[in-house]
Amino acid sequence: MIDVVDLRVRFGRVEAVRGISFAVARGASFGIVGESGSGKSTVLRALSGLNDDWTGRMAIDGQALAPRRGRDFFRRVQMVFQDPYGSLHPRQTVDRALSEPLIVHGMGDAEGRILRGLAEVALPPEARFRYPHQLSGGQRQRVAIARALMSEPDVLLLDEPTSALDVSVQAEVLNLLADLQERRGLTYVLVSHNLAVVAHLCGQIGVMQGGELVETLSAEALRAGRTSHPHTTELRRLSTELEEPEGPITL
Amino acid sequence: MLVDIANLRVTFPTPRGPSAAVRGVSISLGAEKLGIVGESGSGKSLTARSILKLLPGNATLAADRLSFDGIDILAANERAMRAIRGKRAGLIMQDPKYSLNPVMTAGGQIAEAWRAHHKGSARQARDAAMDLLAQVQIRDPARVAQAYPHELSGGMGQRVMIAMMLAPDPELLIADEPTSALDATVQAEILRLMEDLVARRGMALILISHDLPLVSHFCDRVAVMYAGRIVEELRAGDLTRATHPYTRGLLDCLPALSHPQPRLKVLVRDAAWSA
Repeated sequence: MIDVVDLRVRFGRVEAVRGISFAVARGASFGIVGESGSGKSTVLRALSGLNDDWTGRMAIDGQALAPRRGRDFFRRVQMVFQDPYGSLHPRQTVDRALSEPLIVHGMGDAEGRILRGLAEVALPPEARFRYPHQLSGGQRQRVAIARALMSEPDVLLLDEPTSALDVSVQAEVLNLLADLQERRGLTYVLVSHNLAVVAHLCGQIGVMQGGELVETLSAEALRAGRTSHPHTTELRRLSTELEEPEGPITL
Repeated sequence: MLVDIANLRVTFPTPRGPSAAVRGVSISLGAEKLGIVGESGSGKSLTARSILKLLPGNATLAADRLSFDGIDILAANERAMRAIRGKRAGLIMQDPKYSLNPVMTAGGQIAEAWRAHHKGSARQARDAAMDLLAQVQIRDPARVAQAYPHELSGGMGQRVMIAMMLAPDPELLIADEPTSALDATVQAEILRLMEDLVARRGMALILISHDLPLVSHFCDRVAVMYAGRIVEELRAGDLTRATHPYTRGLLDCLPALSHPQPRLKVLVRDAAWSA
């Protein structure tokens, strides 16, 4: 579904992404982990069309992507950001946020689609005429997911979708994303710094460091510790040590 | 006892009458490391900030006892509070990007904090700032001292914040989600650094966080807060033996690398927890 070959992104003299390649099958999830500055979000922004200054080859469903995308691309590929408070308009109701993709893509039956959209992300119908500040963090992220789904996309690009949420809410949102993928056959690219979150949702995981994809491995291999790059081994060790409530942390 | 809190209550006025955000919290703290863990809105930050009387203007603070090293905080005026804030109890906040002055060098800010609480020349303050930067394990203190906050990484910025808070030699350090904005590797380094400094200086530490397993690695005791109350208090090593269903629920809903689950457990809230 998604093919990325030798993607490079530059910001002035700095090369933030230095020739990375990966492929994601239809209905599968690919996770990208790395520390801040590793270039993981930059990959997602280039893929989503938010940054048109890149070289290499990217294709979705066999169609090569140009730096500037057409309307059909934005219908088929949608993005969910880390902070739902920043990505929802503070003076627009949930209803307005969900209607906009329908207007942009000329999709009819707004009433029915909005009600079904709210139900699909388990939001109560009353939430429809609320403003973002009247919702909890988890509800806001559900609205952001519902908005991304309004145009009936095939691909969801998820940039740290649960990092701003409490752990109990994170579990609910991760379960929701898993359900939606199963129901709609969506293809996900998930970017996160949390190895456990990525391994939970994604079958294949790419590890980025300094703009390069240093290792691609399966979630099982990561869990079992079959890592080959020292950076992956290091991230895995720290993550395993921190999630155990007891035992030492080695730095 | 450095900090002694009994039946602390923080309330906010709302159109539907007063709403209690902290409802009867009691904590006593010596020279030790206490973790306060809870979700957003559980009252963990308000509890810690009550010790400094740094609450939003519309909050009402009440307690049977609220004292810092024998000083009655409830009765203390602003002048008395200023002698505690920064000087005897420091506060480190989440994001160094917002808590550092963007138009002043790192070294200048640390020197200013030092001079606000010590008598000394500008030159002595500058030397003290260098020494503090070295103490927070910055390899090249001279370069970092000259740098502006936007030139520093998140981890480096947080080290500068810690250095600034240590400048007046406080007895208590309150760290409110000090590492939530940082990468996992940097997070562990910063917490380890705070743990070391606190132990070496014989200070007390209150570490506020939403990450229960993380906190337990760096504290002696952990208090778990839910809806304005402490629902469970444990020794950090006893986390696996937590008994309260909320604490158990928080631990269970985390995805873990070592134990895969097809579906994450969801916290089912019981009205009795907040009763």
